[in-house]
Amino acid sequence: MTTPIYGLMAEFDSPTALVRAARAAREKGYRKLDAYSPFPIEDLSGALDLHKNKLPLIVLAGGIAGLIAGYLLQYFVTVWYYPINIAGRPLHSWPSYVVIAFETTILFAALSAVLGLLALCGLPMPYHPVFNAPRFALASRNRFFLCIESRDPLFDRAQTGEFLLTLDPKEVSEVAH
Amino acid sequence: MTSASLDFDIGSELRAELRRWRKRALAVGLLGAALCAAGFLRAPFQFFRSYLWSYLFVVGLSAGSLAWLMLQYVTGGAWGVVIRRPCEAAARTLPLVALMFLPIIVGIPNLYQWSHPKIVAADEILQHKHAYLNVPFFLVRAAAYLGGWLLLSWFFNRWSAAEDRDGPGPASRKLAALAGPGLLFWGFSVTFMAIDWVLSLDPKWFSTIFGMMFMAGQALSAMAFLIALMALLSFRRPMSEILTPRHLHDLGKFLLALVMVWAYFSFSQFLIIWSANLPSEIPWYLARMRGGWQYVGLALVFGHFALPFALLLSRDLKRNFKLLAGIAVFVLFMRLVDLYWLVAPGFLRGSFGLSWLDFAAPAGVFGLWLAYFLTQLEKRPLMPLHDPHLREALEHGRE
Repeated sequence: MTTPIYGLMAEFDSPTALVRAARAAREKGYRKLDAYSPFPIEDLSGALDLHKNKLPLIVLAGGIAGLIAGYLLQYFVTVWYYPINIAGRPLHSWPSYVVIAFETTILFAALSAVLGLLALCGLPMPYHPVFNAPRFALASRNRFFLCIESRDPLFDRAQTGEFLLTLDPKEVSEVAH
Repeated sequence: MTSASLDFDIGSELRAELRRWRKRALAVGLLGAALCAAGFLRAPFQFFRSYLWSYLFVVGLSAGSLAWLMLQYVTGGAWGVVIRRPCEAAARTLPLVALMFLPIIVGIPNLYQWSHPKIVAADEILQHKHAYLNVPFFLVRAAAYLGGWLLLSWFFNRWSAAEDRDGPGPASRKLAALAGPGLLFWGFSVTFMAIDWVLSLDPKWFSTIFGMMFMAGQALSAMAFLIALMALLSFRRPMSEILTPRHLHDLGKFLLALVMVWAYFSFSQFLIIWSANLPSEIPWYLARMRGGWQYVGLALVFGHFALPFALLLSRDLKRNFKLLAGIAVFVLFMRLVDLYWLVAPGFLRGSFGLSWLDFAAPAGVFGLWLAYFLTQLEKRPLMPLHDPHLREALEHGRE
């Protein structure tokens, strides 16, 4: 009985090889995989099918919450708590609320974008198994890595390792938990 | 994909389709023009009112496209390369637009109170404004705006043709060098145009943001028109080989931005006048918020801002040619409503009114303009052959 591992990591020396490998792995049926590279590679998002995520929805919800919060704040202050007659206007003078409600919309949307991004990425994260892979530090210099994780239903230590070797990597290594 | 492997000339299918559109536009335009002629004879006051805002719409399409043309030279980028030729063609319609100013000259006494010596003599404020608001100076200024745009259009088209012929070189540099000053001229000329042609309909009212509203309106009209056109072109060669969802996505972002800019300027003007609540300023809004006009105003809030804004937030929608073109056409329609709301209530104090000429005039003016635009569009290849950003544009959105 061997100890369970986090996944198998293949190292490539060019972004094209990494994109090709990611596509091949997707075609093979692997879904729980991730790629690591020193710079953003646009094609990679396509290859890993990363275009859709929940962030836009979170930002929209944050913006709407900000709109409502900003409007209600002003409504309660000017109508409820301090009903002061200003130039004979009705207490509920919505045109004057618009600018501030707009600003709180932007503020809440921007904050939910930052916090939502952190939450979806699972940050802050003091420990991640991929750093156990030997030579992984090169992912921030000049090497490109593809990791197939062991939680993938198709994952099999021996077969997946052989599959990765067919993709012409520089090296395939096991990543400990 | 390289430029050598592509032929940018209009394919035969597309040419036939453009001709069909031109025939339709010409038919609608001629019918509208005939009705306008009848209106001119039977109801001249109404004719000039309807004609003024219809004319402003096509001015926006031409001058707005000229502005986009100059902006893309200033900023560079893949989005500008694909709309360069349609923008140039729209700028080449300016001679027709200048010609279409003639009815306004004839209509000055019908449109502008300040042109009547009797009214001016009885009003001290108008006497003070007379140094600016008088017929000869009005005509000189109009000639300066239209002449300036014509000159810019002439240079940009001439140098662009030279660039096609001789490859990148001095012509490309001249195009980029004129674009910045040209945009500056556009900003000033549109501001003064808005004051002269629209704001002075109510010669005692003023608003410093009025010119900005027209700049945003022109840019929005032109972008909506360009998007609808690009969607039409995208189904046939050569644009079917060139356009990707990413190009349309970029243009859709501009549409969204301008819908917001228009709303921002329009609401700023309203908020400032509403806050100050001064007797000299509020009559303009009172005329537009009573007697039925308030519903037109609300239609603008929803149709010109809220609805396109909410829809255009979606990334998928901006990458769908047909849906984006549908929104663009709707925005173009709302541009007409906006111009109508700006111009017409001043003449009909107190109650809503819609004449048959308010349908005939835009149909005539826009129909003829569109037919002339399509004639101009056919004359050159649909992509600039030697744009510095051509390669980038062809690779945009391809994997």
